Amino acid sequence: MNNQIASGNGVIRLEEARKIYTVGSQAVNALNGVSLSFEKGSFWAIMGPSGSGKSTMMNILGCLDRLTSGHYLLEGQDVGDLDDDSLSEFRLRHLGFIFQSFNLIPQLTVLRNIELPLYYLGWEQRESEEHASELAASVGLEDRLNHRPTELSGGQMQRVAIARALANDPQIILADEPTGNLDTATGKQIMELIAALNHRGKTIIIVTHEAHIAEYARHRLHMKDGVIEKTEG
Amino acid sequence: MRQAFIRDIQIGIENLLLHKLRSFLTMLGVVFGVGSVVAMLSVGEGASKDALDQIRKVGSNNIIVKSIKSVEEESTATPTRGPSVSVYGITYRDYERIVSTFETVNRAVPVKEIRKEGRLGDNSLELRVMGTTPEWFELVQRPVLAGRVMIPSDLTHQSSIVVLTEYGARRLLATRGTIGQNLTIGGSSFRVVGIVQSEGEGETGSDLQLPDQEMDAYIPIDLARVIYGDTNLDISGGDIDITRVELHQVIVEVDDIKDVEITADAIKGMLEKFHEHKDYEMSVPLALLRQAEATKRTFNVVLGSIAGISLLVGGIGIMNIMLASVTERTREIGIRRAIGAKRKQIITQFLIETVVLSTIGGIVGIGVGVFIPILITLAAGMPTVVTATSIMLPLCISVGIGIVFGLYPAARAAEVDPIIALRHE
Repeated sequence: MNNQIASGNGVIRLEEARKIYTVGSQAVNALNGVSLSFEKGSFWAIMGPSGSGKSTMMNILGCLDRLTSGHYLLEGQDVGDLDDDSLSEFRLRHLGFIFQSFNLIPQLTVLRNIELPLYYLGWEQRESEEHASELAASVGLEDRLNHRPTELSGGQMQRVAIARALANDPQIILADEPTGNLDTATGKQIMELIAALNHRGKTIIIVTHEAHIAEYARHRLHMKDGVIEKTEG
Repeated sequence: MRQAFIRDIQIGIENLLLHKLRSFLTMLGVVFGVGSVVAMLSVGEGASKDALDQIRKVGSNNIIVKSIKSVEEESTATPTRGPSVSVYGITYRDYERIVSTFETVNRAVPVKEIRKEGRLGDNSLELRVMGTTPEWFELVQRPVLAGRVMIPSDLTHQSSIVVLTEYGARRLLATRGTIGQNLTIGGSSFRVVGIVQSEGEGETGSDLQLPDQEMDAYIPIDLARVIYGDTNLDISGGDIDITRVELHQVIVEVDDIKDVEITADAIKGMLEKFHEHKDYEMSVPLALLRQAEATKRTFNVVLGSIAGISLLVGGIGIMNIMLASVTERTREIGIRRAIGAKRKQIITQFLIETVVLSTIGGIVGIGVGVFIPILITLAAGMPTVVTATSIMLPLCISVGIGIVFGLYPAARAAEVDPIIALRHE
């Protein structure tokens, strides 16, 4: 165990975090007392075999799930105290998500997909379209605005997802196996794009089981059986 | 805020347009539901309007008292052989009493009815001669086609004038000029001063009704009394039938519509006192009107309920499709929730889709529902009336159906767990 990261005033802090699932009659300790602190502007890779608890960790950090016990402090706010609406609001204002399977809405155009967070933030349509176009241009998709996701390649879809994750200008970006569905060359491009975001000051957490992807992160956290096995960097 | 709402509706329509056939078929349930409600209501409305119009034409402020042969009179009159005189009906005294006794009575018009042959040159025609006062024309209000109606001076001067109805006039005066001809009725000569429209003619929506075949000749009542008297001799098939009737009809106009029924009761009471037999008959159009309106309401409720069932089926269809849609779009809901959509925003999104669907269905349904009555009228000759209520009610109901049947699927959508939804393939 490494207690070094459990101290400090990180933008993300877990204190004795536990998550217990009940599958049938069996209780599964997905997180078994994890404490950690991620500094603002840091770049972490969470690694581990399947069943190690890294997906659960991602759901907890993404405010999609709640701890069974312990505390999760995000930008100083104890997330456990928030009701469902406030949790949604918190995701909307502070977090950006990038998923393995892109999770774009198929019936919406590239532009509308990128605009989605802005829609829930209540932006005026014109400003929202303008901002989304700029974001699309920043990931090199300025000529694909009116395409549907199905008309795009995997790399392009992940670029749309990145642009969408940036729309609400979040401090923290969570990426769950962002290259898992991409070939090596495309995966490399996507990782460079994500690394560039970190250079611009975003706190980035990626979950991956591929070592060469984890290399992009400055810090690596290895999980096993619901606990932190070791940290690197 | 308003702009955001318009945008929500736009997004809802865009989503519905993604599955055009599905949206169309779902909408069809509401289209036919609303269509049948509108159609049923307008058929019901039309059927009763006919009856109501008929009653209204007689005048809802009026009470009509008619002379009839009483049952007792008839049974005593038949066995005797040879000419017998049957005396019955409303008398001049009755008329005077009605006018002078009741404060609520504005005016009363006496009518004396005699059948006589009218002759003009070579044409002759059996006429119903109506001895009456100028007020008759004010109460009944028939359109004047030529000349004038009776005026008060005709009565005071006992002028020998006659006003004809169109039907009779056409047959008598077809080849000559209309006004100013001298018409011989039962041996006396009358100058034709005017022609009024026959009863039941020129009405809309009553194509099936034949114009009144009665050929009426209106003459001043006092003159009728002087010339023809009160005794009428009717010789038919060897039997001589002598009747003595003073007045055949009295139309009583009541000042205020709310006094009509009380006045009718009072007149009835008075007549009962002075008439040994019930040799008169009263009709109160207002009472009939009330009855007809009550029937109409029942009719509308029954028809509306039947049509409402199809609307309900349409609503269930919408709910069914929306539930399927929620399942199909679980992943989309998960994505939206992960990004930060609140539960109520998901509810709003799905609710807007169902309301848009049901409202458009409702509007199209009204179009269908307005079109069907036209077909019914053309094909079956049934009168139909589309009222504002029969359009607004189904429209409101269809919006309501969107909300009611959309609420459950929308709530289901809002309960989707984003973690599970994002894993959903």
